[in-house]
Amino acid sequence: MSEIVLVKIKRRENPQSAPYWETFELPNKPFANVISVLQDIQRNPVNIGGVRVKPVVWDCNCLEEVCGSCTMVINGRVRQACAALIDSLEKPVTLEPMSKFPAVRDLQVDRSRMFRDLQQAHAWIDIDGTHDIGEGPVIDQDTRHKAYELSQCMTCGCCLESCPQYTLDNNFLGPAVFSQARYFNMHPTGAMHKDKRLEPLIKEGGIANCGNAQNCAAVCPKHIPLTESIAEIGRQTTFYLLKKLFTE
Amino acid sequence: MMKRKAKVVVVGGGLAGLSAAMKICEAGVRVVLVSHQPVKRSHSVCAQGGINAAIDSKGEGDSPEVHFYDTVKGGDFLANQPLVHDMCNQAPAIIHLMDRLGVAFNRTAEGHLEFRRFGGTLYSRTAFAGATTGQQLLYALDEQVRRYEHDGLVEKLEWHEYLGVVLDESQVCRGGVFHDLRTGAIFTIAADAVILATGGPGQLYGKSTGSAVCTGSAAAATYLQGAKYGNGEFIQIHPTAIPGQDKLRLMSESARGEGGRIWVPKDAKDKRGPKDIPESDRYYFLEENYPLFGNLVPRDVASREIYEVVYNKKLGVGGEAMVYLDLTHKSPEFLDDRLGGILDIYEKFTGDNPKNTPMKIFPAVHYSMGGLWTDYESDGSGNGLIDHQSPKNQMTSIRGLYAVGEVDYQYHGANRLGANSLLSCIYTGIMMGPGVANYTKNLDKAPEDIPSSLFDQARNKWESRFKEIKSMHGKENPYSLHNELGETLLANVLIVRENEKLEATLSKIDEIETRFGDLHCLDTSDWANPTPSFVNQLHNMIHLARIITKGALLRNECRGAHYKPEFEIVQPAEFDPHEYIDYLEKKSYEEVREEAFPPGHLEYMKKFEDNNNKWLKSSIAVYNDNQPEISYEDVDASQVTPRPRKYN
Repeated sequence: MSEIVLVKIKRRENPQSAPYWETFELPNKPFANVISVLQDIQRNPVNIGGVRVKPVVWDCNCLEEVCGSCTMVINGRVRQACAALIDSLEKPVTLEPMSKFPAVRDLQVDRSRMFRDLQQAHAWIDIDGTHDIGEGPVIDQDTRHKAYELSQCMTCGCCLESCPQYTLDNNFLGPAVFSQARYFNMHPTGAMHKDKRLEPLIKEGGIANCGNAQNCAAVCPKHIPLTESIAEIGRQTTFYLLKKLFTE
Repeated sequence: MMKRKAKVVVVGGGLAGLSAAMKICEAGVRVVLVSHQPVKRSHSVCAQGGINAAIDSKGEGDSPEVHFYDTVKGGDFLANQPLVHDMCNQAPAIIHLMDRLGVAFNRTAEGHLEFRRFGGTLYSRTAFAGATTGQQLLYALDEQVRRYEHDGLVEKLEWHEYLGVVLDESQVCRGGVFHDLRTGAIFTIAADAVILATGGPGQLYGKSTGSAVCTGSAAAATYLQGAKYGNGEFIQIHPTAIPGQDKLRLMSESARGEGGRIWVPKDAKDKRGPKDIPESDRYYFLEENYPLFGNLVPRDVASREIYEVVYNKKLGVGGEAMVYLDLTHKSPEFLDDRLGGILDIYEKFTGDNPKNTPMKIFPAVHYSMGGLWTDYESDGSGNGLIDHQSPKNQMTSIRGLYAVGEVDYQYHGANRLGANSLLSCIYTGIMMGPGVANYTKNLDKAPEDIPSSLFDQARNKWESRFKEIKSMHGKENPYSLHNELGETLLANVLIVRENEKLEATLSKIDEIETRFGDLHCLDTSDWANPTPSFVNQLHNMIHLARIITKGALLRNECRGAHYKPEFEIVQPAEFDPHEYIDYLEKKSYEEVREEAFPPGHLEYMKKFEDNNNKWLKSSIAVYNDNQPEISYEDVDASQVTPRPRKYN
């Protein structure tokens, strides 16, 4: 374990101001991660030049890689800051905000587009009501196993940051949404409204815009088989288009 | 004239807030959902092991009645029984609903819901989705609320913080004051009712299993405005957590539910690796001391046993405050399927693979049984069930203001059983929905009829408060001061409590409050600045720390998670809790003679009874003259007779 840690952080005051780099030097501690280093900076916000500065602003919540908040680019790779242990990182550690979402401040970005896109993709099960009408559908273990792999998507944005097709100003829905559409289409009740999920995916910004770079699956912190989801949605949309062709 | 649509503000988007929002939308009422962050990132995602419902799919003879008994017994009989009874009765329907919403619950070979065992019960009652059940349940509710958002019934205000309620001259809640965490703007929302679903206060202790937003600030702010706070001193310490600098990550009770065993080397100086220590040299202290429940005793019992082994017997692994949690006797495939998520977390944060080597764990602050006092209405049947249409359900002591989820004080008494929190959050959110809708229908005044000056005053008050915070130029760093508060509580208001230390803690809290006056607000910018907001939260946390510490100081007994050795009534080794029921019955018609029970038992039972007469009461804190004033309220024990707990 090294005694001290150098951390270089790409900062900005607000979306209009220019970004700049600032370096901090901190004592290393057992089990330290990127979050605990940022917390140490809050307790003593002094940069390497000895200048007192404003504490760094970032997003985090659960700190155990299930909430998806603390995504940032660490040493050039997009990932969750809470799971980035200092001892396993090359030094100096560089922290940057994601680049595919509008900047807010320092390491904070605005990912609300991801949640809006889930609305577009009809990412829910349509139920008759919450009153007690008995048991849900019987589901076999294999289907459940497959569904569980997909259902762990935390909307963290890693896949989109790494995707060459997803940009700040286009309308590409991206792998997370494709995979969620597949997830709901797999459920016995969800499958009844399959077409509502496939319709937005055949439009501009849908599955046809995927360039098949396959970066998404490589960076997903939950190891969701995103490329498999893309292939499956490709298949489902092809059938859907054919069906449309013959029924309309 | 068009009929006006009622509007309810729900603060917090965890399981409780989302299920309340869903149910209220279903009744056709508009919801404004306010959250610190996108609701999908709420702390409920951290819940791992599962959710309880006595569906008895394994033919073990489980029933909602047994679930009810286990829950009130687990809580050392401090919970109001009708609510617990109703919750356990509704639990199977809730699991079926969540299943219909698409939650990827583990299944049996026939495709039905799978259940596993959890602490404080002998039945397989816990439905689960791998070891990320909270995340999976939250996502299903998030999806339903997104559907209502899509349909225009829900408006989400994410990146917003609740600061306080707007009260009219009769102390009725007419809306809330909110803080936009991006622009820094402070504004009010007029509403028919406000629901606080703001979660627990883990951050009070600095490091806990709680998330960053779990400051308890919203509850404390509301207490400062006059709401009652109940059972503050009951803080659950989870026996098994993983060390960390930023937080103590939970290692779910399901690890033990699936066969995990807790042990330490018999010899503290044993230098061998855990796999090299033979069975004969291992001390499985929970299995030895509690042959019936073994590793699945309730959390308060397990945490105290670990404390005893580590601090008093000095048998912690490597001389540190840690014990082994061992799953290495289970196959990797079984562990992947049933516990995948949590074993990954352990490996990721410690570097050790729990499939090959026993985990090193220790207790951590986990859950607050206490919270804002809330009301309920029995259905009049005498069966201890709740009238689901009543506007009283979950209403705080402030009219029109509701609390639900970890932030309310009901359901868990003095100690919560594992996998009951997900249940209580969803049950309550759903149960209260019709009552809240009814409340909005029968309001004397619509929000539009309330003079705007009321809202202007509330906004002005908070705007000047934040101006004041930003002008703080003292010496103290707010984040360091928070650390100090946390360390103080961790050292003194944890598993074992002593009055001398609690008194010293109250003085320390006073000192921290004085130093709060000398704070430096490190950042005064307007845009996306979390510091002033944190300073305000810290102020609220100081008051909450006082409620917890003072409550603990005044309660001179042992009950559930609140343990004071000085006041322990030692249970005779051969005692059977049924003797106590016999004793009460005998007492009702004759003088009970010493010889009627084994030696020493009558004396014990009399002491137990006296103690219950004095202390089987909820503590209620009310803010007065900068201090919590604490009084006691009777508990509704109309369904089962409180009796001594025993798990061996």
